[in-house]
Amino acid sequence: MAPAMDGLRRALPIVLGYLPVGFAFGVLAVKNNIPPALAVAMSVLMFSGSGQFVFASLWGGGAGILSTATAVGIVNLRYLLMSAAEAPWFGHVPRLKRFLLGFGVTDETFVVHATALRQGWKLNLTTMYVCNHVTQLAWVGGTAIGCFCGNLVDDVRPLGLDYAITAMFIALLVPQCSTRLHLLVAIFTFCLSIALKIGGLGQWNVALATIAGATLGLVLAQKADRRQAPE
Amino acid sequence: MAIFPEFDLWLATALAVGVTIALKTLPATFLAGDTLPPLFRKWLDFVPVAVMAALVGPDIFIYDGVFDISPLTNLFLLVSMPTLLVAWKSGNYFLTIAFGIGLVILARYYGFA
Repeated sequence: MAPAMDGLRRALPIVLGYLPVGFAFGVLAVKNNIPPALAVAMSVLMFSGSGQFVFASLWGGGAGILSTATAVGIVNLRYLLMSAAEAPWFGHVPRLKRFLLGFGVTDETFVVHATALRQGWKLNLTTMYVCNHVTQLAWVGGTAIGCFCGNLVDDVRPLGLDYAITAMFIALLVPQCSTRLHLLVAIFTFCLSIALKIGGLGQWNVALATIAGATLGLVLAQKADRRQAPE
Repeated sequence: MAIFPEFDLWLATALAVGVTIALKTLPATFLAGDTLPPLFRKWLDFVPVAVMAALVGPDIFIYDGVFDISPLTNLFLLVSMPTLLVAWKSGNYFLTIAFGIGLVILARYYGFA
């Protein structure tokens, strides 16, 4: 029971963010000539906010099959890094379950799980499945409601729900800055990501900034190690 | 290409879904946890903090699609500063989130965008 509760606890802020954003996706998809059934199927199979939004807007704008699929691939490249970053803890987990855990990766689920793992939490599959699938339920549910009832809800802004996920990221980022080096990497990556986005690399900014930031961290860590090691 | 109407759309969806699933699952499934090269593991150790910073940066400084460094017009920037403080001092996850959302609700109630 406790692991499932842990999963629900992790999922709660994410669910708060996914319901309105899933709803927004449902509305956008229908507006861009995507049938509701397909929009919901996308939320079930792709489970990717930014990827789905990029798909819907490009498709509605008349981009072709290849352009749309490629753009989704580019914007989702960061999942490669996230999946790899979780992998070290999956050593003893059977392949099929690792596949399922990978499938559940989104920005938000990665952030909650990676934070816990790095703080010494012992991997519990139940917690991870509960969190990943409850959040996905909210995502799919929001999409479905958005597709069919787009005209019902005018504005989520008075409820502040568009800030839910940002607040969650802040809450999780702070403990991640456990050493000065991590803090430095965070500040560097934070600024680089913004700069890349303003500079027009909107689809790539997260992936590129992350790679640059992590590399900076590694380089500085290696230098520090070498200085300490007796020659 | 129209084998049935919407074939193009279904194909595009299948491709996009396929690519996304591949990106999410291949590393977790095939990168064996214990046999990763140590340098790579060290690098991966910085990925979570980097990703979170990369995600949250634009969220805070780009409001309504516009880069805005003024807390007077960028609500998320305005709210994020006390929220950051609460996160740092309290170390409490739910408190931080509730506080941040609460501030946004308050600000919008009083007419802030």
